[in-house]
Amino acid sequence: MKFLGFIVVCLTGALLLYGTGEFPDWGDPNSPASLHLSDYYIENAVDQTKVPNLVTAVLADYRGFDTMFETSVIFCAGLACFLLLRDFREKKERFYRHVPTGVILHVKSGKKVLKTGKEFEHMDKDWVPSDLIIKTVCRILIPFIQIYALYVVAHGDFSPGGGFQGGVIFGSSLILLAISYDLKTLVKRIKEKVLGIYAALGVLIYVGIAAICMPMGGRFLDYAALAPLVWDPHHVRALGMLGVEIGVGMAVTAVMAIIYINIVSEGRHDEGL
Amino acid sequence: MTDLLALIVAKYNYWLYVILMMIGLYAMIAKNNLIKKLVGMNIFQTAIILFYVSIGYKRDATIPIIQSAHGGQDAHAAVIHAADYINPLPHVLMLTAIVVSVATFGVAMALAVRIYQRYQTLEEDELRMRLVDIGPEK
Amino acid sequence: MHWPIDLIVLTFVIFCAIAAISVKDLLATAILFGAYSFMMCLLWTIMGAVDVAFTEASVGAGVSTVFFVAAIFRTSRRTKD
Repeated sequence: MKFLGFIVVCLTGALLLYGTGEFPDWGDPNSPASLHLSDYYIENAVDQTKVPNLVTAVLADYRGFDTMFETSVIFCAGLACFLLLRDFREKKERFYRHVPTGVILHVKSGKKVLKTGKEFEHMDKDWVPSDLIIKTVCRILIPFIQIYALYVVAHGDFSPGGGFQGGVIFGSSLILLAISYDLKTLVKRIKEKVLGIYAALGVLIYVGIAAICMPMGGRFLDYAALAPLVWDPHHVRALGMLGVEIGVGMAVTAVMAIIYINIVSEGRHDEGL
Repeated sequence: MTDLLALIVAKYNYWLYVILMMIGLYAMIAKNNLIKKLVGMNIFQTAIILFYVSIGYKRDATIPIIQSAHGGQDAHAAVIHAADYINPLPHVLMLTAIVVSVATFGVAMALAVRIYQRYQTLEEDELRMRLVDIGPEK
Repeated sequence: MHWPIDLIVLTFVIFCAIAAISVKDLLATAILFGAYSFMMCLLWTIMGAVDVAFTEASVGAGVSTVFFVAAIFRTSRRTKD
């Protein structure tokens, strides 16, 4: 089987290598990919949309339809992870630890949940003592990571960045909270229902901004028709792009957190890494 | 000989990208573990994205962010030449591709965890034997 | 674009890819995969695709590695081949 796979791979590789003989030279400014449509985008995007970052201008304005479906693909991925793994059964056995002496209490079955106050704490099955240095450093770092994520979303028009990158960074800050403390801290702070609503709201903001253009007189995703609604009609396309990027960021944040929580706890939302 | 050298200098990047793609394809076909197959799929995807982005590169051109438009005033002052800026269109399409690849990776990991819960293994030959014994999930 | 840097980073990328699919410990695969993503990000920066490099750095070398390690935590760590 491996030998057969190797033969097939070598044949395909040889065919592709033969095909590279037809390609234009590396770095050629007159290659066919760089001639027809991209010249129009490079020369006219700043005049029409007032956004210096050409990639964001093309992504959120000229090709906004693709980005809308990309956001819905991310939302569907979060939904699929939730549907595949989520386990709503109540876990029967629980472990509690008496903090002053270190004695461990193992409750094998039963519905009664012991109240954990200052003396007892709820414990995972594979418990390690929590490290003070990691907890303190992460606790200080997480707000700065979140401010950086919001900065990346807001400055997507002027520097490399945009909605998707900022959303992933915000999601990683939530994952950092789950890793450095434990999963229960994250789940208690941001409940599962809130994450689901956040993800759906992100997609709704994108499609909503695109759909509002139609009663205002333009076509779907035609941000220029929103000019009576904004405070600066000269920059209306840039403002429409900003709103749309915020929607993408919100959806991506929530979905990254949902996928991590469901994978690491096998759907039970109690223990984690 | 100089002809061959000129050919190599012009095209060696494409050859290395094809080699990377074939490494990913071999991992998807020939490896037994499901997670190794996933890694191979991801290597294949990023190699294709690398190839696509390299089409847009222009010699002696700068990144596709227009400097003269910063600062609030309108950018009618400077005329923009298309040959000065790297082609932004492949970047846009490949951003969508990277996003879709990470979404697929997340769902594939969830599927792998589910398969392990049911059959206690992730190796393909053992899975095939246990599928006959235990039967698929009802 | 400086061709020696390009060639060196491409060689690293190919070595990381071959190593990631050959080791028998899945945690080592996860870390090598993160290194592969980071080298790809460097390649795109060399080529001038800064948006794509930013996305790959945050997604590939960040969140993707975390998902991988989380999945290995819940399944087995050794593999036969």
